[in-house]
Amino acid sequence: MNNLKKIEYSLKKRKRQESRFKIYGLLGIATAVSFLCIILSSIFMEGKKAFLSTYIKLEVYFDPDIIYTSNDQKEEDIKFANFQKIIKNSLNSFFPEISDKGELRKLSNFISSSEEENLMKLVLKNKQLVGQKITLWLLASSKIDVINKNPDMELIAEEDRLISDLELNWLNEIRSANNIKSNFNKNFFVKADSTEPEQAGIWGSLVGSFFTLFVTLILSFPIAVAAGVFLEELAPKNKFTDFIEVNINNLAAVPSIIFGLLGLAIFLNVMHLPRSAPIVGGMVLALMTLPTIIIATRASLKAVPPSIREAAIGLGATKFQTVTHHVLPLSLPGILTGTIIGMSQALGESAPLLMIGMVAFIVDVPGSFLDSSTVLPVQIYLWKSTAARGFVELTAAGVMVLLSFLILMNGIAVFIRQKFEKKW
Amino acid sequence: MKKSSLAIVALAFAFSTESIARDQIKIVGSSTVYPFATVVAERFGKTSGFKTPVIESTGSGGGLKLFCKGLGTEHPDITNASRRIKSKEVKKCSKNGVTDITEIKVGFDGIAMANAKSGPMLELSLKDIYLALAKDVPADPEGNTVKPNPYKMWNEVNSALPAAPIVVIGPPPTSGTRDAFNELAIERGCKKFPGRKALKKKDKKLYKSQCRSVREDGPYVEAGENDNLIIEKLVADPGALGVFGYSFLDQNRDKVKAAKVDGVFPEFEAISSGKYPVSRSLFFYIKNAHASVIPGIKEYVREFTSAKAIGSDGYLVSKGLIPLGESERAQFEKDGKNLAKFDGKVLNKK
Repeated sequence: MNNLKKIEYSLKKRKRQESRFKIYGLLGIATAVSFLCIILSSIFMEGKKAFLSTYIKLEVYFDPDIIYTSNDQKEEDIKFANFQKIIKNSLNSFFPEISDKGELRKLSNFISSSEEENLMKLVLKNKQLVGQKITLWLLASSKIDVINKNPDMELIAEEDRLISDLELNWLNEIRSANNIKSNFNKNFFVKADSTEPEQAGIWGSLVGSFFTLFVTLILSFPIAVAAGVFLEELAPKNKFTDFIEVNINNLAAVPSIIFGLLGLAIFLNVMHLPRSAPIVGGMVLALMTLPTIIIATRASLKAVPPSIREAAIGLGATKFQTVTHHVLPLSLPGILTGTIIGMSQALGESAPLLMIGMVAFIVDVPGSFLDSSTVLPVQIYLWKSTAARGFVELTAAGVMVLLSFLILMNGIAVFIRQKFEKKW
Repeated sequence: MKKSSLAIVALAFAFSTESIARDQIKIVGSSTVYPFATVVAERFGKTSGFKTPVIESTGSGGGLKLFCKGLGTEHPDITNASRRIKSKEVKKCSKNGVTDITEIKVGFDGIAMANAKSGPMLELSLKDIYLALAKDVPADPEGNTVKPNPYKMWNEVNSALPAAPIVVIGPPPTSGTRDAFNELAIERGCKKFPGRKALKKKDKKLYKSQCRSVREDGPYVEAGENDNLIIEKLVADPGALGVFGYSFLDQNRDKVKAAKVDGVFPEFEAISSGKYPVSRSLFFYIKNAHASVIPGIKEYVREFTSAKAIGSDGYLVSKGLIPLGESERAQFEKDGKNLAKFDGKVLNKK
């Protein structure tokens, strides 16, 4: 009787332990998931605002006196015409009561300076416009955009707000005339960096990332696969290959900034390749990705059962034929998965690129492997470190773009693994 | 795939023998000048027809190091600096063949000490700053001997200050802001002690190492070359004080407020008149040998030195730059136009 009670008691204790164990696990997952949710939702809430920009409707009069400064009405005149004044005049015609010079200057800051260029292009395309009055939606400056998108900012005290009470009154007047709207922010997807938030875009760094990763892929994939195949299939097992193996594993754990230092010392200082170029960035990231792909290659080669090799050799195939005809194709899904994961690691890397000058202000979208460019994570970092308020939203939107590319790449890796990998 | 990778490697080696022609200006240097230089570069790119220059923010010291490495298209053409070039750097430059450079002063910047809006209002003197932040502080009232800095609280430094721990977040030693801060705030505070001042004549080296070094035992926290980060840390910690340039203070008035230094707030007027004690000049340096090789350098310099940009009504002034006097600006505009050679000897006179 006594023993039975003892057993019953210990059984209860064990069951309690079991359920506690389960709860700990669940708690762990719940914390991780909630943190992920908090991060993602805060990024999304902030970033979604960046996909819209504010436009202001104005009657623009293409005054021939401002556009044609010389008598013979040349095309050159249009290029150097003072379109800022045209915008200022059309704003002034909406607010005819303003005559103070300082106030007028404040008013002209409502419209983005990029519209001067756009108007110039418009006139160059269609010279009939000169002398005409047309209604246009012009891009608002970042200040106005931020206030328009965050109505709670209007409640802040004047000295802490981005715009003064006077400017806010003007904005409200424009609003009550229904001359303001939010529209898709095209600049974000077609432009590169800028000092003005409303003109800054992610496209330049996206192209830079593409060029960089392309170089990384074509350098690291063949070299890593060759190295993996050699080590796994051909190399004799001795102290030397053991030494290499240990070092490859070590290399995978080296902090990425070290590869940047290596790139600076060899690619820039010895080989004299240009600073800030995707080709150098790609080479540095290739060094970083090599061990990842080598390890993945070896693991998936190991997973191919020896019976396949033995059968091939038994039928008279050479070692080369065995590897290229049978073992490699069977392990390819695993290798590709490892490669994609290595590439998405490289996509998110910014530290090694600091050393080789890819952390820089670059306005032109790169056109080749040798043009100066940045990459996505660097662009996010640069926006984050800029003072202007409008960049807060752009930073979050940049993170969203980077994350969606990472999810896409990892999704492809999962797909390949599910679809093609053989279970032995 | 293998073939293309071989081709790339071959291509890379082909480049290694000769430098690649470049049609884009490359600029490195100070993180304080960076926000001004990017605005100029963007305008220049839009209006001049040249490519927009590439600008890296490396810190003044890092920028001058890259700049002085040599001539050739793989080296930067211009470096921004938030302090003047040092004679040591001029020597290093000329050793590497960079003998002909032009110095352009673009304006002033005050170094503000500020805390979060929710923090206490502070009134500091240069002496307080020195006593709170120097590595060694005087052991006797005259300052004839020194001891390692023992102060942990502001009221230990000056009884008029609050009883709060000393936490100052500022830039690292590679930064020009830090150099200027050491020289303009700490050293000047140090000089207030007669014993220290006397040491300058006796042993200049010892004086420099004792009067210009910042403590490393915790109260001074290095925050990297990112002034925005300092501002965010200040907001998170209302007890901390930050060290950064006036332009960042100006852009973040909703988050931080400046402390008075020697009774003066870091305001536009006070900095440009020199009343505010911790203010310095901003520069950039041009590699003249590059001006004939890389297209657009002269035009970029003209844009940067024009009244439109850095004149008292210029577009950089609305971004927080404190302008030079008109005659000084005109002088530098002329220097930039002629690429007047900088004479390193003027540095030794000081």
